[in-house]
Amino acid sequence: MEINATLIGEVIAFLIMIALTMKFVWPPLTRAIEERQQKIAEGLEAADRARKELADADARVAEEIKAARAEAAQIIERANNQATQIVDKARTDALMEAAKLKAAAQADIDNMAHRARAELRGQVAQLAVAGAEKILKREINADAHKALIEQLVAEI
Amino acid sequence: MSAESGGESFTDYIQHHLTFWKAPLAQTGGLASLHVDTLIMSCVLGFLFLFWFGWFARRATSGVPGKGQAFVELALEFVDGQVKDAWHGSRTFLGPLALTIFFWILFMNFMDVLPVDLIPAAAHAAGATHFRPVPTADVNMTFAMSLSVLILTLFYGMKAKGVGGYFKGAVSHPFAAKNIFMKVLLAPFNVLMFLIEMVTQPVSLALRLFGNIFAGDLLFMLIAGLMTQFLSFWYPLGIVGYVAWSFVELLIILIQAFIFMYLAVTYIAMAQQHH
Repeated sequence: MEINATLIGEVIAFLIMIALTMKFVWPPLTRAIEERQQKIAEGLEAADRARKELADADARVAEEIKAARAEAAQIIERANNQATQIVDKARTDALMEAAKLKAAAQADIDNMAHRARAELRGQVAQLAVAGAEKILKREINADAHKALIEQLVAEI
Repeated sequence: MSAESGGESFTDYIQHHLTFWKAPLAQTGGLASLHVDTLIMSCVLGFLFLFWFGWFARRATSGVPGKGQAFVELALEFVDGQVKDAWHGSRTFLGPLALTIFFWILFMNFMDVLPVDLIPAAAHAAGATHFRPVPTADVNMTFAMSLSVLILTLFYGMKAKGVGGYFKGAVSHPFAAKNIFMKVLLAPFNVLMFLIEMVTQPVSLALRLFGNIFAGDLLFMLIAGLMTQFLSFWYPLGIVGYVAWSFVELLIILIQAFIFMYLAVTYIAMAQQHH
């Protein structure tokens, strides 16, 4: 054990070591550590936020899907209604057209039948007159019996 | 072992290893002389620590740290945590102080577990007649640090309480009284306690470290000396003893470095505390 000037030299060396550590070692390392801590904190916060945003987005998507489905159902229903309407209208139109055609055909038939009857009647009268003329040529004067013949025609 | 120790006796071997490389500054020598080996080793080891930590501190990234940076940060955070527990102020000075103390002492203590003749033999080869490679086995080294800590203790105490307040505390504590008469009566005892504290703190701090490391060092020398002197008989036992003591010593050097750092911070923090 011998104390000498080495002590003073070591005190100086010690102070220099502390000063150098204080200047070149401690601040950059603590700064790096603190910055990393902050980064990690920010990262965790961002992750939390992202998770929340994802949940929000999921909820929004579900809502959108629900709305879209409802709209689709509405559109389909409307389309069904429209289709029913179109079919109904077509049916009514067709029935009306058919009735019209039927009526027209009936009218034609009636018309033709009437005409045919009238024609037939005329021809029968003529035939009758011709027959009667042949039978009664000599006995009946056509002019004299004209009124009678016409009466006959009308009766047929 | 060392080149010249072949012929010398056991006592000579030990004596040789206990002698510093001493350089007198003046004719008289004595107080005005330097232990060159202590100065060289302490500075080399101090700068080794500074270069190691400084290297990673310069390249420190706040992103993903490499293995080297991670270790350095781990060490720093360990020391920082110890300081934080005792001291509740800015750690811009006390942090570096504690870190320097811990790693410098650890490095210097580590010279103890290197083979006792390794560094001395290298020094002999370079021309030194005597060389003690463990600076903390030199009281000059340990007292230099403990007295520096004492000065810092006084400085921080006065900084926290003011010069007047600090000495007022020294006069009125630990024995406090209400009236003036009792205060005057107790003042000498308080001053005595204060002085005792001022002496015991650095002395115990320095001698604890010195004693532990010197004893370890001496034991290594004894084992190595016995091995060289009574070669055939002691050699196997010596190797076993040397390895066994190395493990114990590894623990001691770590604990002593930690204790010195911890107590230094505690003393400074205590001085700053308000009673």
